[in-house]
Amino acid sequence: MKFTLSWLRTHLETGATLETITETLTRIGLELEGVEDRGAALAPFRIVHVIEAVQHPNADRLRACKVDTGDGIVSVVCGAPNARTGMKAVLGSPGAFVPGLGITLKVGEIRGVKSEGMMCSYRELGLGEDHEGIIDLPDDAPVGMSYAAYAGLDDPVIEISVTPNRGDALSVRGVARDLAAAGVGTLRPFAPEPVVGAFASPLGWVTRSEVCPWVLGRVVRNVKNGPSPGWLQARLTSIGLRPINALVDITNFFTIDLGRPLHVFDADKISGSTLTFRPGAGESFRALNGKDYTVRAEDCVIADAAGVQSLAGVIGGEATGCDEHTTRVFIECAYFDPVRIALSGRHHGVASDARSRFERGIDAQLMPSALDAATRMVMELCGGEPGALAEAGAEPGWRRTATLRFARVAGLGGIDVAPDDQIDALERLGFTVASRDDAGVTVTVPAWRNDVAAGTPLEPYAQLAPAVLAAVTEGARVIEPETDLIEEILRLRGLDSIPPVSLPVDHAIPQATLTPAQARRALARRVLAGAGMAECVTFSFLPQATAALFGHAPASLTLGNPIASDLDQMRPTAVATLAMAAARNAARGTGAVALFEIGPHFVGSSEDAQPMRAAGLRAGVPVRHWNGAGAPTAMGAKADALSVLAALGVPMDALSVTTDAPGFYHPGQSGQVRQGPRTVLATFGALHPRVLAALDLPGPAVAFEIHLDAIPDPKRRKKSLPDLPAFQPVTRDFAFVVDAATPAETVLRAARGAERNLIAGVSLFDVYEGDKLEPGRKSLGIEVVLQPRERTLTDAEIETVSAKVVSAVAKATGGVLR
Amino acid sequence: MTDDLERLKTDTLAALSEASDLRAWDAIRVGVLGKSGSLTTMLKELGRAAPEERKARGAALNVLKGELSAAIDGRQATLEAAALEARLQTERLDVSLPPQPRAQGLIHPISRTMEEMAAIFGAMGFAIGEGPDIEDDWRNFGALNIPAHHSAREDMDTFYVPPGEGETRRRVLRTHTSPMQVRSMLTRELPFRVIVPGRTYRADHDATHSPMFHQCEGLVLGRDITLAHLKGCLIDFLRAFFGVADLPVRFRSSYFPFTEPSMEVDIGWSRKTGEIGGGTDWLEILGSGMVQPKVLANCGIDPREWQGFAFGMGIERVTMLKYGIPDLRPFYESDLRWLRHYGFNPLAPVMLHEGV
Repeated sequence: MKFTLSWLRTHLETGATLETITETLTRIGLELEGVEDRGAALAPFRIVHVIEAVQHPNADRLRACKVDTGDGIVSVVCGAPNARTGMKAVLGSPGAFVPGLGITLKVGEIRGVKSEGMMCSYRELGLGEDHEGIIDLPDDAPVGMSYAAYAGLDDPVIEISVTPNRGDALSVRGVARDLAAAGVGTLRPFAPEPVVGAFASPLGWVTRSEVCPWVLGRVVRNVKNGPSPGWLQARLTSIGLRPINALVDITNFFTIDLGRPLHVFDADKISGSTLTFRPGAGESFRALNGKDYTVRAEDCVIADAAGVQSLAGVIGGEATGCDEHTTRVFIECAYFDPVRIALSGRHHGVASDARSRFERGIDAQLMPSALDAATRMVMELCGGEPGALAEAGAEPGWRRTATLRFARVAGLGGIDVAPDDQIDALERLGFTVASRDDAGVTVTVPAWRNDVAAGTPLEPYAQLAPAVLAAVTEGARVIEPETDLIEEILRLRGLDSIPPVSLPVDHAIPQATLTPAQARRALARRVLAGAGMAECVTFSFLPQATAALFGHAPASLTLGNPIASDLDQMRPTAVATLAMAAARNAARGTGAVALFEIGPHFVGSSEDAQPMRAAGLRAGVPVRHWNGAGAPTAMGAKADALSVLAALGVPMDALSVTTDAPGFYHPGQSGQVRQGPRTVLATFGALHPRVLAALDLPGPAVAFEIHLDAIPDPKRRKKSLPDLPAFQPVTRDFAFVVDAATPAETVLRAARGAERNLIAGVSLFDVYEGDKLEPGRKSLGIEVVLQPRERTLTDAEIETVSAKVVSAVAKATGGVLR
Repeated sequence: MTDDLERLKTDTLAALSEASDLRAWDAIRVGVLGKSGSLTTMLKELGRAAPEERKARGAALNVLKGELSAAIDGRQATLEAAALEARLQTERLDVSLPPQPRAQGLIHPISRTMEEMAAIFGAMGFAIGEGPDIEDDWRNFGALNIPAHHSAREDMDTFYVPPGEGETRRRVLRTHTSPMQVRSMLTRELPFRVIVPGRTYRADHDATHSPMFHQCEGLVLGRDITLAHLKGCLIDFLRAFFGVADLPVRFRSSYFPFTEPSMEVDIGWSRKTGEIGGGTDWLEILGSGMVQPKVLANCGIDPREWQGFAFGMGIERVTMLKYGIPDLRPFYESDLRWLRHYGFNPLAPVMLHEGV
């Protein structure tokens, strides 16, 4: 919402400075967006009289001038072709900043002649492109006067942002009213003299749409339409509106001035004598913006005998618009259902000044006087005589009350305000007291405040118990209007006047803030970053084809309105977006990357199908190093995943690995870490070569995904005592030849279980496949640690355990000692 | 001392001083003190000496043995030190070699800010909530007093996915973290304090907008929570977060459908230098307000009994301000160079007692 200071002053009588006004606007919720004060930049430029302009003695193209500034005579050298004796011009004195040139003037001497300033062109003042010569003002321009004031450029343009609830503030008068209520001046009265019709209305209204409960109109005949006068054009231009012709400019003026959109029909272009508000029926019409719209039954249109002429409350039609030939004008002043206008405007994609006011709700009570004011301005600017009022429908019921308990201002707002002051604030805003007692007041809501005590319906939770629903409905009915009033009282005082109070603490020492699952995530983040990986935050969406590449691109996770075609599917796994990130890094020439992310993964769109998981990826060959540098391996990814699981307290001995990892991994170099037969805690492996190729990701690349939500909450209990045997452990090595497909884990597990009381650990130190074995076989070298507990082991005991290891491995895998 | 002993001593000491390595030294040691060494032999033969001589010779032999043992040990130490010195001379490492780099991992600035928020609000008794990114229409809009025709809905540029099973309305990518107000009210026991940091989505993509970004929602409900608490809580947070004890904070009336009264919160800063708390300019930093009575009612809470405040702030925005990060888009690009520059050490997590 834009307006100028002088426009505001037509409604607000105030001596307040611009600064006071703008600060108050921001404080009371009409946030200042900016002030454009062209006058301020031009303040140093004054009107002067050129007493003498003669040829410069030493330069052909220059003139030496004597100039009367009003404060004295100065010498100025000027190069403009139109500089002449006797003219009125605009002079910038030394020290002035010339906006069009970006320089600050100094006293100078040009080829021997002193120059104490510069006479400027329009372009040099930043006022246009005219640079034919210096500004040449009429003879009556007063010498010594500020040029900005003379040219009417010293009227600052104020722009505020108006929140969606404040339709009333989308008008200069509404802003003035709020400022007056906040103590900045007095609202001037608005009481146009009622118009008396000179003839019966040749046009009439019919409303057959619930969208338009009430409409007024008036014909003015014998008007002469043309450009509107300078003051009106200047006013519209200053706020960025294009003057069109007097009749149209008048409607635009009242839209801004009173927040009262009007429409003018050329009465001679209307077919028949009736304009009807009715639902659309699929017709098309051409609007004033030159575009065609097809209206629906949900829309309200204005139609004459020839068909649809206007999309009511949103945009008028071209066919019946006013132009320079218009001699009979029909002024429309209607009230519309805000919700229906909002829906129509949104459907058709029209953002008009009329719509933005109708959809916020306008002042129903203002309609007759607004039409009078508009009629009078038409008669003033275009002449003509007014007809009788045409009317259909009736004033909609806007009258309602709101009740405030005085104690609630402190109870909700946290500041004590005396009851009389509370009432005073409301009255200044136009509320009137209907009744008052010691505890509170009931006020009547002014017609322009459609946001207060609006009583719009609840949208309650579908599963509320009937008794709860009844209680909360009644609660909202009572509390919402009261809150509306408290807001008004606090708004005018300024929220800064409320003394802040720190939240009382329930516990001197704060309780744990994170849930166990959240703490787990925080720890996983530190473990992965501690392992040298960089945490990333990648988008939740990616190209559908990439999601498919990662095995899951259901329609339920496809965006209906993606912002770009490559952001149209929710990611099945962050491995996918990390792989894309790694490819981008590779394209930039970054060598090896190690990235991870902890964030949502999307299995489905329901609440329980968006698990939080950790994903990581290592890709690229590290920079060569004299001491050797390892490329990422699937086993490295497994180690990353296992280190997180271990840190999160997962019992590692109970984990197993299966080879059924998702398809985006290399099928032969990937696995799933399981706890028990069902629960997958992690997946890991080398990425599938097809994935690498599709994403342009140079290999090798390995990844893992940790299902943090599948990890059970750690039990909080005392730790068991540590196992600290006094006897030295004994180690024995074995090499088993097994089928090449036998998982090493099976051998390790069998050996480990051969004698639980003595075997404290089994580790794999060698894997061999090759010439020395028959094809399809491999040799696994394991070291078994025996931990005696009561005495040193005898050779015979060690032999016994060894035999058990051999037979256990043979039983589990068919393996034999090599 | 008899001549033979004197001679043995002289010969041995001379030989030791000539022994230049441990091998030569060991031969001398064995030749004198070994099983058939000369001194050992003399000791063995002592029994054959005349009884009257035996005592004196025995004493002399013992003295000699002590002397020679000490000389031999001393020479050993000297030779070993020399040998070690010689070995060390050969064991040279070029200490200017670059060592194997130890990979440096790091925490993303967004995570860092979320942790800082958890720490500060945690100290004020808040819990951390979380919920789904894909929400239903009611929780994102309707429950929050944003009816279907509301202009706020249009402003939000919502992303949609198809309706879920048995649903008629399209599901939405939450446009703000405020649906978590609804979830908190439906599930938490009153009174409560909760913040919800998380991902949010709006169809907006330019230099200063990302289609995905992060917000932190806050909700405090109780029987006597007032606007004064809202101000106190947010001032306390902002001063702790930015580490400026006297940070100017300004509250301006505004409008949000789900709060009333609503307010924007500004902090003092210098537009020119970017210094937080310095200068005379104001910078909008978050939105807040007292929870709208209809929102409470929609969630089954009687506004006659319960009231409180809510707020929401952009996590990237406060992160950019706090750490002087100029651009939004690199937050999501995973450019390793950017991450290394702005990332945080995982071993220095946010701890109030170490300073936020």
